[in-house]
Amino acid sequence: MQVPAPFDYKRASTLAEAIALLRECGPDSRVIAGGHSLLPMMKLRLARPEVLIDINHLSELDYIKVDGNTLKIGAMVRHVTLQKSHLAAEYYPIFAEAEEQIADPLVRNRGTVGGSLCQADPAEDLSAVFSALKADILIAGSYGTRKLPISEFHTGPYTTALNPDEILTEIDVPLRSNTGSAYEKVERRVGDWAIAAVGTMVRVDDGLISEAGIGLTAVRADHFRAKEAEDSLLGRSPSTEAIAEAASLAARHCNPFADQRGPEDYKRHLVEELAKRALSRALNRSLPEVH
Amino acid sequence: MRVNMSVNGVEVSDEIEPRLLLVHFLRENLRLTGTHWGCDTSNCGTCTVLMDGMPVKSCTVLAAMASGSQITTVEGLGANGELDPVQQGFIEMHGLQCGFCTSGMMLSARWLLDHNPNPSEKEIREAISGQICRCTGYENIVRSIKWAAAHSQNSGVQQGVEA
Repeated sequence: MQVPAPFDYKRASTLAEAIALLRECGPDSRVIAGGHSLLPMMKLRLARPEVLIDINHLSELDYIKVDGNTLKIGAMVRHVTLQKSHLAAEYYPIFAEAEEQIADPLVRNRGTVGGSLCQADPAEDLSAVFSALKADILIAGSYGTRKLPISEFHTGPYTTALNPDEILTEIDVPLRSNTGSAYEKVERRVGDWAIAAVGTMVRVDDGLISEAGIGLTAVRADHFRAKEAEDSLLGRSPSTEAIAEAASLAARHCNPFADQRGPEDYKRHLVEELAKRALSRALNRSLPEVH
Repeated sequence: MRVNMSVNGVEVSDEIEPRLLLVHFLRENLRLTGTHWGCDTSNCGTCTVLMDGMPVKSCTVLAAMASGSQITTVEGLGANGELDPVQQGFIEMHGLQCGFCTSGMMLSARWLLDHNPNPSEKEIREAISGQICRCTGYENIVRSIKWAAAHSQNSGVQQGVEA
């Protein structure tokens, strides 16, 4: 029987209360939301917090809304909610495309957007999605709030820029005109981690690519991002040549390793092919008149 | 610590260790052994129960986290001595062999039909995709859920036929 080591359980009903509990209980306390990453790690003793602070009742962090030019996603939004959000899909179809391939429907009923990012698993999908979208991460702690670009949030596998008394509260995605997005993933079966996956965001102004985001997961890309590939697209007119060049750069600048999911060259091949597909689809979506 | 929850419409209360998982609370503290305990790693889905109406894997929910919730287990399917159409469907279409995955499968099926009374085969397969069956190859489970859809009093199938 796999059972976590003993811990104290505390339930927070507001964000302020959760932060106060984190401060009071010290660095050996952890926040638990859906629990679908933390509880399995606790069963294996890979994590052994002394206090769990349950934030499932923080409804104040459960929202998807547009405020001005920003799509705001609360940390307690469950995967299933983001998957089915018409509002999120209206601006960025990448959300539904990625979410329907994350874990399985039962896990998506519990797992949260904020929890996935904080777990910082190197094969986690939303890290690639939000990297492609160049999102900002909002953090609240004892000493106030701060905001980080997603590229500064992940500091390594399973580690983030969060301090022990801080909570990720919101992800902000800038809204952009003439922009398309897409997600492509290959996994061995439902519920498994990606062998490789690519998220894309492309903005086209006056016939030229003015902004590009390419997020990669499971292939050890720096900060889940294919920066060289993004840069190669800027100022280019959308063409199969530009897409192929960017896809090739993405495959070259990641660092996959061989494991039970496949050898390194196979994973690089996947990145290149998935990047082509996801870039093509994002470009098509950036030009609604083409449909 | 004390937990209180509604299980199959009955209010229950117990003193537990915070680390007790919901699946063990149901099976050991309440002796509701229809919920099965399988892989322990949130992969197999045999421990699926409905928590506030949503199917969840009870090996990956603390009983403490479920305090205040409404839980439905397989023992809560059917009413007044009548089987739920989902249960009848699994009988009619031979939807089980060893039966280990069956209670979880039926709860996901119940949730699906409550929200989508006339699901396509693809929707059925998606709904049960977080649960593993090692006997049936899933074919008869899909047929069982289709049977239940066709024989549910308020199902979209019947409404469609009548319309």
